[in-house]
Amino acid sequence: MSKYILKRVLLMIPTLVGAGILVFFLMRLIPGDVCELRFAGTGLYVDQEQIDICRKDLGIDRPMFVQFADFMFGFFTFDFGKSMWTGKPILEEIGLRFQLSLQVAIMATFVATVIAIPLGAISAIKQDTWLDYGVRAFSIAGIAIPSFWLGIMIILGLLIITQEMTGVPWMPPIEYKAIWVDPVHNISQLIWPAVATGYRYSAVATRMTRSALLEVLREDYIRTARAKGLVEKVVINRHALKNSMLPVVTIIGIEFAFLMGGLVVTEQVFNLNGLGKLFVESVTNHDYAMTQSLVMLVVLIFVVTNFFIDLAYAWLDPRIRYS
Amino acid sequence: MTLLEIKDLQTQFFTSAGTVKAVDGVSYTVEEGETVAVVGESGSGKSVTAMSIMRLIPWPPGKIVGGSINFDGKDLLALTDDEMRNIRGRDIGMIFQEPMTSLNPVLTIGMQLTEPMIAHLGMSEEAAMEKAKKLLGMVGISEPERRLAQYPHHLSGGMRQRVVIAMALACDPKLIIADEPTTALDVTIQAQILELMKNLTRELGVAMIIITHNLGVVARYADRVNVMYAGRIIESGVASDIYHRPRHPYTLALLKSVPRMDRQREAKLDPVDGQPPDLTKLDEGCSFRPRCRFAQDHCAKSFPALEEIAPGHTSACFEKENLDKEVKEVVG
Repeated sequence: MSKYILKRVLLMIPTLVGAGILVFFLMRLIPGDVCELRFAGTGLYVDQEQIDICRKDLGIDRPMFVQFADFMFGFFTFDFGKSMWTGKPILEEIGLRFQLSLQVAIMATFVATVIAIPLGAISAIKQDTWLDYGVRAFSIAGIAIPSFWLGIMIILGLLIITQEMTGVPWMPPIEYKAIWVDPVHNISQLIWPAVATGYRYSAVATRMTRSALLEVLREDYIRTARAKGLVEKVVINRHALKNSMLPVVTIIGIEFAFLMGGLVVTEQVFNLNGLGKLFVESVTNHDYAMTQSLVMLVVLIFVVTNFFIDLAYAWLDPRIRYS
Repeated sequence: MTLLEIKDLQTQFFTSAGTVKAVDGVSYTVEEGETVAVVGESGSGKSVTAMSIMRLIPWPPGKIVGGSINFDGKDLLALTDDEMRNIRGRDIGMIFQEPMTSLNPVLTIGMQLTEPMIAHLGMSEEAAMEKAKKLLGMVGISEPERRLAQYPHHLSGGMRQRVVIAMALACDPKLIIADEPTTALDVTIQAQILELMKNLTRELGVAMIIITHNLGVVARYADRVNVMYAGRIIESGVASDIYHRPRHPYTLALLKSVPRMDRQREAKLDPVDGQPPDLTKLDEGCSFRPRCRFAQDHCAKSFPALEEIAPGHTSACFEKENLDKEVKEVVG
């Protein structure tokens, strides 16, 4: 088992280096750079000299490969440098938002899992009944409805309902407070984006649970379990669910990683200062250092999540554990 | 004493292509401690009959539409689902064809083996594990203690089938249904498994229904044989009668298709010509008629009834008297 873990950890390194190469060179393929944008962004004439000084300051006048080596070395020594746009340390800028994005992602994953696995299981067990149709309609709706629209509806709904019930409209708080500072404030702010994104996310996982479980229920060992005279609940929970969880775990993991950096519009709707917003800003500002760090962070999250998915596989399926 | 009595069982599958009469009026009995074979080609309804006894026909599309199944004084078709569940695995154990897939890959052998004992006999986990160890020893698995903690993929096909047999025997059932228990195994392993099943059922006094398409298996291990074709029993009798005095052209054809070590002049195998009939399109005549070399015009008019031709030997064929010459040729 420890060999398996070690192998997985070592496999992360080439993935990270590959992602580093991609983001570094792709960023530099975009015409213009942060210095041109800073001085000439508004269309004014700027002295070439000034731009050169700026480039020298930021170190982007050095040869590409030197810059790349510098970037990779910095990444593996956890020295990310400063934002080329704001001049603030990148770790500080990301740190603020990371906490918020991580919490929303975890809460959304929780919401999604709690909805998806029971619904998917019911849908599979009651295949082709009204219950199944209902669940499938619910999950198709989840895929079809954009999270940001659902977010807007949630906010409007909250306003209207609280107005009706108490006479005073209530809106989730706008200012972010960490969960250990003010848990009630924190949850009442973040639960709504978590539900809005978690619903769409659960839709994918529900459908996956349903189809995986349907497949497993046709397996010979399920027939064996029934022939043993086990209660249907045991047949499903013990014999079928564990076997059908592999693809579901994969979906949940990938979606989780996606949520960490991909919630641009939803963050906008709920006025959250998360990683998605920072991402968009740093790309439009040609902030190489920030964009690279963000991409590497998201890649790292994907890689680590995949590592945990692999661990979950091994836990779920003993055949993987020993091979 | 009669342990199992199936009367006029009818199981049908309602598919988009039409109603499949998979089992069409099957009747047979199993005495206590007796081994009964059900023989026939794929699609003849042998497995569906077995699954009907267990009431494990998946609905939709399958359903038992008629007949009765009496087991140990109870009408199985009249039991509630809970009552039926208490019979499965407790009074009737089942052994399946595919040992590679009939065990759950993610649960330990111990867990899978002790499950029925904990569920039906109310045994504690420790007591069940103790018994599981004994069971594994009984079916000839070495180091039972270590095996209990292992997973199915650690075991070979033959070993897995031994585990399945142990599982079927776990609650001391009165009847075991073995659905092609050796079809997926190597020939050498087949003999071992059959020998093991024969010895265990004799020792423990368990009755067994063994479903197979291999008449060679039947000759050695069964007391009585039912030959099925297109959802019906077309001949039944004690094993030696079926083997030496077949009274149905289909049985005869099956016998001719079995490779025999003691015959030199028949170097070539003689398979049964043609295909099994489409079970959605059966007419009122004999279903074997299109493949039968003895078929006459009257065979198309009605399905021949099972008639007793000798004590304990029945056949459903209008032309059963005309087989003699060829029977002599085959059986000698």
